[in-house]
Amino acid sequence: MNKIPNRQAICEVLMERAKDDRDVVVLCSDSRGSASLAPFANAFPEQFVEVGIAEQNLVSISAGLAKCGKKPFAASPACFLSTRSYEQAKVDVAYSNTNVKLIGISGGVSYGALGMSHHSAQDIAAMSAIPNMRVYLPSDRHQTRKLVEALLEDNKPAYIRVGRNPVEDIYEEDNVPFAMDQATVLKEGTDVAIIACGEMVRPAKEAAEILEKQGIFATVLDMYCVKPLDTAAVIRAAEPAKLVVTVEEHAPFGGLGSMVAQVVGANCPTKICNLALPDAPVITGTSKEVFDYYGLNGEGIAKKVVELLG
Amino acid sequence: MENLKAKAYELRKHVVDIIMAGKGGHIGGDMSVIDILVTLYFDQMNISPENMDDPNRDLFVLSKGHSVEAYYAVLAEKGFFSYEEVLENFSKFGSKFIGHPNNKLPGIEMNSGSLGHGLPVCIGMALASRMDGRTNRVYTVMGDGELAEGSVWEGAMAGGHYKLDNLCAIVDRNRLQISGSTEDVMHHDSQEERWASFGWHVISVDGNDISALHDAFEEAKATKGKPTVVIANTIKGCGSPVMENKAGWHHKVPSQDEYEQIMKDLEARREAALHE
Repeated sequence: MNKIPNRQAICEVLMERAKDDRDVVVLCSDSRGSASLAPFANAFPEQFVEVGIAEQNLVSISAGLAKCGKKPFAASPACFLSTRSYEQAKVDVAYSNTNVKLIGISGGVSYGALGMSHHSAQDIAAMSAIPNMRVYLPSDRHQTRKLVEALLEDNKPAYIRVGRNPVEDIYEEDNVPFAMDQATVLKEGTDVAIIACGEMVRPAKEAAEILEKQGIFATVLDMYCVKPLDTAAVIRAAEPAKLVVTVEEHAPFGGLGSMVAQVVGANCPTKICNLALPDAPVITGTSKEVFDYYGLNGEGIAKKVVELLG
Repeated sequence: MENLKAKAYELRKHVVDIIMAGKGGHIGGDMSVIDILVTLYFDQMNISPENMDDPNRDLFVLSKGHSVEAYYAVLAEKGFFSYEEVLENFSKFGSKFIGHPNNKLPGIEMNSGSLGHGLPVCIGMALASRMDGRTNRVYTVMGDGELAEGSVWEGAMAGGHYKLDNLCAIVDRNRLQISGSTEDVMHHDSQEERWASFGWHVISVDGNDISALHDAFEEAKATKGKPTVVIANTIKGCGSPVMENKAGWHHKVPSQDEYEQIMKDLEARREAALHE
């Protein structure tokens, strides 16, 4: 079982890059520990800015730094970063077009028993609705690394959500198929298309394995690039399928499922089912307990597919 | 030194014409802030169309973005675009000259319009300059009604914490906001104590007096180890008794009669300034 959370992978890439690039700057809002960025703060104190518990300040200060040529990565819990500082993300980052990378840590229901105030089940919807904001939910540490390396090469705004806990690897360390803004095809089959992002990619893949044993063949897409959505990949996967299923650690509205449904409806109408968290405060529990309860695991997804395929 | 007082009255006339052409604008705050903008752009800041991409340029963010007509008049006078271009396009369909600063236009660093953003953004700019060892300065102008935004005080806190002496914030203290007196809407007196308690050097001046503003900005430059805030005590609608100190002129287009009177008053004050 992998012990390295995705947030730590982000820190590793930023530390590698910060050595040679003084413009790489990290900002935290009393979140250096929870973001796994304390090693960065210790190694590069001149390239680290602490703003205190002030997420609005975090984002605006990042925008000011970016305007002056810095490459800021602002890390704060996804719940606060995506909504407390929503207007700063909209105006100072996206609208002013500053090169700020917003890192939402402990996303989704990572904080488990801490409750709804700490869950970020709205962040995909919120951030995706902002013009000029990109939204990424990498599925494992290896893909996270590739993504951050790619983001260091561009100068546009982006929001990246990662979870708190280590997740099992989807990819092998020296074999990570990655193309920027293109979904990764994990499996190919024509009965059902299962499209997932972030921590839901693992159960989506497991569901396909369960279905295969029952003679149902699935295409599985790792849609880490929720915005810009890889619409070509969605259409390719959905066209031959009898059913499209999306899976996300997010509210049922405005997330991956909504976006995929728009593409499928407009291009290749097919029955579609959006699996997500409920439109209600999430039940108390660890991530695994919560996912199991709502059927967001391999068995739950497979069961739903069988049910819908009749 | 060029007669900046007369220039400020000339540019006020431009502001009125821009508002007439666009059929809308925040005229009262334009008139209160314009002496601050003229002092910054024509006396203090190292910024011009020639060096607008130079990392060493001085940086400015109009946090009270609704005073954009005054900003356009000053940037046009500075040569970033032409005054005629503003007159022709302001608030028109498809125009870049919208009713709040738009950084797709030359000379405008950041989009603003939502209040309480300018100071925190300038904290980032000032930190970047310090990280890179640049000696340029960073300025922002806020409204006094804007000070009710909590994010202003997040910025104030960070400016004091990081002792950003390359940063100067200006409060256009015209004492009026859209609903009336700032003190009735939300109490803002004791600005000096408030900013000082956040670790800022505070200077209070007559914000419609260009030589007093000049002295304040010079004092700010000489102040080391802390950021400076200039509380610029201004008159909303400054330039014509038609508008002065009247909350109703926060956002208003003059009638033809009012227009003629305002332009007459502005021209008289410009003339007087030329012969001072």
